[in-house]
Amino acid sequence: MKRLDDRGRIDHDHSFEFTYDGRTLTAHPGDTLASALLANGVDVIGTSVLMSRPRGVVTDNVTDPHAFAQVGTGSVTEPLMRMNEVEVFAGFEAEGRLHQGLLPTERESTRFEKRFAHCDVLVVGAGPAGLSAALAAADAGSRVILVDDHPHLGGALLGGEKLIDDKPATRWVADVEARLRANPDVTILTRTTAFNNGDQGAVALMERVTEHLPEAKRDGRALRRMWQVRTHELVVATGATERPLVFADNDRPGVMLAAGVRGFLHRFGLVPEKLVVFTACDDAYRTAIDLAGAGVDVQMVVDVRKDPQGSLIKRTRELGIEIRDNAAVIGTDGDADGVLTAVRVASLDGGVPEAIACDCLAVSGGWDPLFDLHLHVSGGSRWNRKLVGFVPDGSLPGIRVTGAAAGIFGTAGCRRDGHVVGLVAAEATGHGTTADGPAAPEGHDANEGPTADFVDVPGTERIHAFVDQHRDVALAGVDRALGSGIHHVEHVKRYTLVGTGTEQGRTAKVNAGRLTARHFGLDFAEVGISNARPLAQPMTFGSLAGRSLGVRFDPVRTTSIHPWHVAHGAIFEDVGQWKRPWFFPQGNEDMDAAVLRECAAVREGVGMMDASTLGKIDVKGKDAGEFLDRLYTGVMSSLKPGRARYGVMCKADGMVMDDGVVLRLADDHFMATTTTGGAAGVLDWMEDFLQTEWPYLDVWLTSVTEQWATVAVVGPKAREVMAVLAPELDVTQDAFKFMQLEDAVVAGIESRVARISFSGELAFEINVPMTYGLALWEAVFAAGQPFGITPYGTESMHVLRAEKGYFIVGQETDGTVTPLDLGLDWMIADKEFVGRRSLRRSDMLRDDRKQLVGILPVDSKDRLPEGAQLIDSAEYEIPVSMIGHVTSSYESSAMGRTFGLALVRNGRNRIGETIYAPLADRTVAVEIVDAVIFDQEGARRDG
Amino acid sequence: MFEIRCPYCGPRDEPEFKYGGQAHVAYPADPELLSDEEWARFLFVRDNSRGRYAERWNHAAGCRRWFNVIRDTGTHELVGSYRVGEQPEDAR
Amino acid sequence: MADRAEPLAALQGRINDAAFGGTTLMTVPFVAQVGLRVEPGSAAAGRVETALGLELPEVNRMSESGGRRAIWLAPDEWLVVAADGEERSLVALLEEAIAGEGSVVDLSANRTGLELAGPDARTVLATCCSLDFHPRAFGPGQCAQTLIHKAGVLVEQRGDDRYLLLVRPSFAAYVAEWLLDGMLGLKADAAA
Repeated sequence: MKRLDDRGRIDHDHSFEFTYDGRTLTAHPGDTLASALLANGVDVIGTSVLMSRPRGVVTDNVTDPHAFAQVGTGSVTEPLMRMNEVEVFAGFEAEGRLHQGLLPTERESTRFEKRFAHCDVLVVGAGPAGLSAALAAADAGSRVILVDDHPHLGGALLGGEKLIDDKPATRWVADVEARLRANPDVTILTRTTAFNNGDQGAVALMERVTEHLPEAKRDGRALRRMWQVRTHELVVATGATERPLVFADNDRPGVMLAAGVRGFLHRFGLVPEKLVVFTACDDAYRTAIDLAGAGVDVQMVVDVRKDPQGSLIKRTRELGIEIRDNAAVIGTDGDADGVLTAVRVASLDGGVPEAIACDCLAVSGGWDPLFDLHLHVSGGSRWNRKLVGFVPDGSLPGIRVTGAAAGIFGTAGCRRDGHVVGLVAAEATGHGTTADGPAAPEGHDANEGPTADFVDVPGTERIHAFVDQHRDVALAGVDRALGSGIHHVEHVKRYTLVGTGTEQGRTAKVNAGRLTARHFGLDFAEVGISNARPLAQPMTFGSLAGRSLGVRFDPVRTTSIHPWHVAHGAIFEDVGQWKRPWFFPQGNEDMDAAVLRECAAVREGVGMMDASTLGKIDVKGKDAGEFLDRLYTGVMSSLKPGRARYGVMCKADGMVMDDGVVLRLADDHFMATTTTGGAAGVLDWMEDFLQTEWPYLDVWLTSVTEQWATVAVVGPKAREVMAVLAPELDVTQDAFKFMQLEDAVVAGIESRVARISFSGELAFEINVPMTYGLALWEAVFAAGQPFGITPYGTESMHVLRAEKGYFIVGQETDGTVTPLDLGLDWMIADKEFVGRRSLRRSDMLRDDRKQLVGILPVDSKDRLPEGAQLIDSAEYEIPVSMIGHVTSSYESSAMGRTFGLALVRNGRNRIGETIYAPLADRTVAVEIVDAVIFDQEGARRDG
Repeated sequence: MFEIRCPYCGPRDEPEFKYGGQAHVAYPADPELLSDEEWARFLFVRDNSRGRYAERWNHAAGCRRWFNVIRDTGTHELVGSYRVGEQPEDAR
Repeated sequence: MADRAEPLAALQGRINDAAFGGTTLMTVPFVAQVGLRVEPGSAAAGRVETALGLELPEVNRMSESGGRRAIWLAPDEWLVVAADGEERSLVALLEEAIAGEGSVVDLSANRTGLELAGPDARTVLATCCSLDFHPRAFGPGQCAQTLIHKAGVLVEQRGDDRYLLLVRPSFAAYVAEWLLDGMLGLKADAAA
């Protein structure tokens, strides 16, 4: 195409260079990649996906089936960018990759943002209907967001020469825009695509913030910003898209959509030399008229209709343009590159085709209203025979479709309908009334003749008459699908791939549906088209992720003591969202060596660990004891103030849910501890019973997990360390017994000290407000130096508890394990509690349930992998019955050997037997032993 | 993403809430009186119907209150919500 | 007593440097906070109101008197907030007022504060919080428990463009990172 200096909305006075497929080309500010390529004579932008046929730009908007490019290089490259949306700038680089994009070769450095927004009325599309709706709603007092995917407001008005109130339509657009911008409760987002409509007015928008600027001018700003809008009312004013006609070689570069040709003139000043128009509707005559007005040699309008009438046809005739009615373009000719040189025109009644030279064929098969945002939320559509297009069917709460999207095509009609819809939407949000609102704008639209229901030219060659140009599906492909017995449009879509891929059948679906209906002699209104699903347009993953990267991806929770752990070389383990010290290696120690050393210190001297992450729930009220009795398998109401008791709770199905120690602080006051990962879930579950089952109980629950930091001082020398830290606290066995609590000043900090042990050793857990955690930890570490105090992590904690047969929720249990399976019969009190009934269901009483036992590999150096399956015999053939699995497996410093815990069928009755763990490289014999392997008599807990 | 009306705090986005299954399924008053089959029905069997469905939600990131929602399982329409102790017809 | 650790000490430098165009982020490391559970309208609630010299506020509101604020959390739950150091006297005062009918829990270490203020404060929040902070929907004296992405926060509007966020200390860095990133983006937008 060639550029007219006095036409279009681009800056003719300035130009710059950019690169496409390695070629240096020139463009003007305001050019899209598509317009710039046309201006530079790049008629062939790439080749098609299956047949490798040359393809060119088809239209000036995002429905173009070919115009996709790889934009940018290196870490800032993005695939399948829409050429009609991408604006070029100095130094811009792109590659013609129409179907298969490339991912960045380095970590993406681009900034993508997200923003939440709320409004009364969201208007999508700023054509005559959308602008009128936005203005009416805003003037009524609504908070309005108006979005449009172009850099400028105006929609279809930008691509034509229409008048409003006897002035150019662009004057009216500017006037409305000024009024909207003056309203502080209106947000206008240009270069913004509404791509998803979710539930209850959750609409997702993608704003191209700096994509149109050279990298040097982006200045740290986002490339794109995704808006997550929550709107009360959604006005869909997304216009309509033009569909092509099907005839031989209709995919040739130079064959374009009629309104697109007109758009390239009005928006970019681009015109062909010689034009032929091929149409089934009146609108394409505007292309002939406008281009003739711009000096283009308009050879002919070929109209499939007989004797079309109407003002546009009359005007075309007056301009001396030949109109060939009841005729069709039956084929095209091209040059060596495949680019259009002529079309062959014939009467639909037959006769000799006539070749007409041209470099552009502007095609229009009619218009399809575009209302994806209505379809995303299960909105219906129905075929309108008069319009020959689908229109929205039925209404959805809070969604109103207007303008061309609703099948209203005249500018005056769009303004009127948009205005009314804007008033109604505003009224629905409590702003203004439709009765008292300003009157709808005057004006009427010229009558247009009916669109012909016409898809393919009869008798056309079928191999290269394309129905879906994006997927290279021609009439022959559709014939094959229909001939194979397929009769549903969704099946035709999957068989042929019509309507799939990046373009999602924008220009193909309706034609494919009509061909299907015709083949089976069905009414197209019944057959319909395949579904439109979100997203309305493809979006890159990076722009959907936004800033949810790195430190912002997921909370990394740490205790107040964490800086010390980092400074002392801890290796961390993820426990839920928490980072907990896993072990503290010294020198070149590996994990095994560090854990052996840490465990030995706890068993022989004294260790310390950060237990702050345990969940803590404050339980207060006259019925607090009764409440806990109903939730734990054991009795808590009999606890004396100042004492603690271990408890297990089950879900209603009797499976172990969580466990922890319950401290009684006063008659009406308890603190329940939970597992680190279970804290939030246990509180929600407790609230559930309290609020919904037993609202009459006088109980109040408060999470205090992060109020308290907890440092455990553990080992035979723990008492000596405590004596240094809390000289006024009597830590002798008689004064401070196991499961006793004392308020005390520890290291100068007011603390709550409890003798709780998760290792079987003498242990004190010191609780202080979280902000004092680090000070306490440092004081304990200092006071423990003479005793060789050793900080230890979660791995040593796991080894120490496993030696004692203490299970861990989520390690020994997996939602299928009851307290009885764990051997906790002694903890099942004679009273009702949640889940109790489940424990005597027949399935729970089976004698082959898996039970918790200890296991000792016969080779005391062999350590089993956790999760290893257990079988009965060393000699086996696959398939072999599994009788259990290893839940924990460690090396014990105290016992000088490896050991583990396992769930084994009927395990407690098989103690002393040998079973086997078949591994990839060996079969390990293990002896079943009691779950409590070390210190079975519990002699160590009092020091 | 749903916008759910917490009967206490007002409308909030779905991530603030936790789902709690079918509403109006009370924990049996005396489970010990139930047969295995009756107990299993309480534990495991819930309605799964198309149309209006009463279900429980917890405003976990807000007031921590459990409440009920009427949702149309066919259209995803949230018809209304109501407090524990109220009945589906109280939904608004 | 020993020194307390500020939960956001590691981010303090970046927080100080984040200010742009009059919009600032500040840590408020220590705030006296007491959890109050009491039946609304009960005699105990009345005694609490007398003791505090304020009315316990209704949903999503805060009421203030003499430097103490009661922030609504739930129909029978408030967070009573005062200057650092007052937690002990506040607990004693409230314990006496409820006289066993409800619950009073010191939560001063359970949350730490971040104050976001300035002309772009509302937009910074819009980068990471789905709540509507438009003046028509949210204003001074209002509060809400909500999410900054995946972290729970208690947001209290303290002035026309001033917001206090109370956050669990283990989530504070995550929340601060979102606010800092929002400020970074808006600072770039403002410069362009």
